[in-house]
Amino acid sequence: MAQNTGTPLVEMRDISISFGGIKAVDHVTVDLYPGEVVGLLGHNGAGKSTLIKILSGAYKADAGSIFVNGQKAEIATPRDAKSYGIETIYQTLALADNVDAAANLFLGRELLSPWGTLDDVAMEAATRQVMGRLNPNFRKFKEPVKALSGGQRQSVAIARAIHFNAKILIMDEPTAALGPQETAQVGELIKQLKAEGIGIFLISHDLHDVFDLADRVSVMKNGKLVGSARTTDVSQDDVLGMIILGKCPPGATRGPGAISEKELAAVGAHL
Amino acid sequence: MSDQATARATAPSGSPPQAKTTSFLSAMEVDVRFLGMLGALAVIWIGFDLLSGGTFLTPRNLWNLSVQTASVAVMATGMVLVIVTRNIDLSVGSVLGVTGMIMAVVQSSYLTPMLGFDHPLVWILTLVIGIMAGAIIGGAQGYVIAYLGVPAFIVTLGGLLVWRGAAWWVASGKTIPLTDNNFKLIGGGAEGAIGATWSWAIAAVACVLIALAAFHARRQRQRFRFPLKPVWAEVSTVAVGITAVVAATMVVNSYTLPPVLARRYAEANAIPLPADGSALSIPFGYAVPVLLAIGIGIAMTFVATRTRFGRYVFAIGGNPEAAELAGINTRRVTMMIFALMGALAAIGAAISTARLTSATNAQGTLDELYTIAAAVIGGTSLAGGAGTIAGAMLGALVMQSLQSGMVLLGLDTPLQNIVVGIVLVIAVWLDTMYRKRIR
Repeated sequence: MAQNTGTPLVEMRDISISFGGIKAVDHVTVDLYPGEVVGLLGHNGAGKSTLIKILSGAYKADAGSIFVNGQKAEIATPRDAKSYGIETIYQTLALADNVDAAANLFLGRELLSPWGTLDDVAMEAATRQVMGRLNPNFRKFKEPVKALSGGQRQSVAIARAIHFNAKILIMDEPTAALGPQETAQVGELIKQLKAEGIGIFLISHDLHDVFDLADRVSVMKNGKLVGSARTTDVSQDDVLGMIILGKCPPGATRGPGAISEKELAAVGAHL
Repeated sequence: MSDQATARATAPSGSPPQAKTTSFLSAMEVDVRFLGMLGALAVIWIGFDLLSGGTFLTPRNLWNLSVQTASVAVMATGMVLVIVTRNIDLSVGSVLGVTGMIMAVVQSSYLTPMLGFDHPLVWILTLVIGIMAGAIIGGAQGYVIAYLGVPAFIVTLGGLLVWRGAAWWVASGKTIPLTDNNFKLIGGGAEGAIGATWSWAIAAVACVLIALAAFHARRQRQRFRFPLKPVWAEVSTVAVGITAVVAATMVVNSYTLPPVLARRYAEANAIPLPADGSALSIPFGYAVPVLLAIGIGIAMTFVATRTRFGRYVFAIGGNPEAAELAGINTRRVTMMIFALMGALAAIGAAISTARLTSATNAQGTLDELYTIAAAVIGGTSLAGGAGTIAGAMLGALVMQSLQSGMVLLGLDTPLQNIVVGIVLVIAVWLDTMYRKRIR
């Protein structure tokens, strides 16, 4: 288990963003250390994906700051995020359906021949190599990715994130489209990346997955942080309580989104 | 066979893929859709030839067809990129009008008086100024679309009115005649054709390039030990290409100058007339605008398939959000596409202005619709993400064939429009059916 001392790989401090008056993320602080997996949990609409999109450069936060290796980082575009070694696997996968796997893998970072033209052959060769590691059954290199199955598309998205030596990996529901065997494969991959010292934010609905893979969890509710905890210090039921009620168990660090004892009592009375 | 199947199934994907035993067409790696369009074109040509009693498939008509297609074909290459990114450009006809007018005014009022009659710089400067004007106009529209977020449909619909009005305004409604004879060559005609010898020279170069391209592709695949096309398929693809080039050259070379022009040409170039008094035969060869259009088609295909810019255009068309998340500056790419479209409209303007030897107010009216129709008939999907330059140029040829065929048959203009409109809808319907089938 990673020792959380020294400078965190990433720290998102007091992040807020609102869309049309709705506070999607409200003063949330999370951090991530090298070789650590932090699970981000919460209901649909709790603000997990929005928070993560701020880190990946898709959205710009209204307030708060991001630190990478202790240095303040300005992340305004996805390109900025990538320059800090932050790679993202989006829930929607964010693949261009009409081009092939190699074109998607290198999208925005194409390999060029000495004449400045696309080096498709080299890109395909590199793609074959990565995919051979990730998904040995993958064979449809020439087809546009819309012709691929959910699992194959997912592996293209994962390949894209890990091929460029990411230091920080964001995985938004990485196993949503996968069967049990492929899910297990992704689990193995996460362990392997972790061993290489990569920090991973893992967003998932599957509590079991998160408990298997994550060192810590942070729970969000209605855009606020309920609390953070080491997975060794809390039970799955405790975390469920955090997700559903916003109740912060004793083993966790309290966040601004946790409800007070008085409110909890009121909820209890209604039940 | 079963051994081969298991071998293929067990090979890890990281290793080079195994050669497949496949059908004739896939071994040739031919685009079925493109083949279908060639078939449709053949049906149209043969049909009109039968209906018109053999006047359609004559060297003269085919030569004229090629010249008439050039302007729209040039613009269609740009329209492909516009439509691929889920945009539309309704202003190309008007941009053609205004850039044609700008070129004519600049040439007749400034360049020729300044540099002298038929100075070689005149045509070059005219063309450069026209293309720059087109790129600026297109870029301005692209800026509004990409950075200010106004839909392309509205911006270019406005542009349709603005640039048509501007053309009127630049020339105060007058028709401006061109003054430079070198510039007029861009429009084709007897002067603007390159003759038999040069046509064969270009054909020879084209044949060599086709063979080299096939060879290069094969070497590239060998470099990473990817499966190769069977040699017979490679050879027959190259053979088909070379045959097409040779056939086209023979057609344009069998269209000869009318006797009067031929005699004048012979006198001007000191060619001795036949002693027996028979008619002098001087072939036209390829027309300059056709060569220009083919050159632009090749350049645009290169841009679309071999450059980053082209890759981004298609990625944006397939999934704009993904392209943005991948770090592509989608706004800048969109603006560049419209600037490119404007520049191509200016080249189209140069061709059609030079062909008419003057710029008129009505020039390019409805060209936006023919250009869009050419791209769509040529397989460009309005949903974005799919389309080829060659297909769009072939689409332009199909549209022009229909039109000039109906002229040959003596159909009235209203009837021509009705037929063209119906054909457009049917072509897109067939394409939709095809796409659903291959899913």
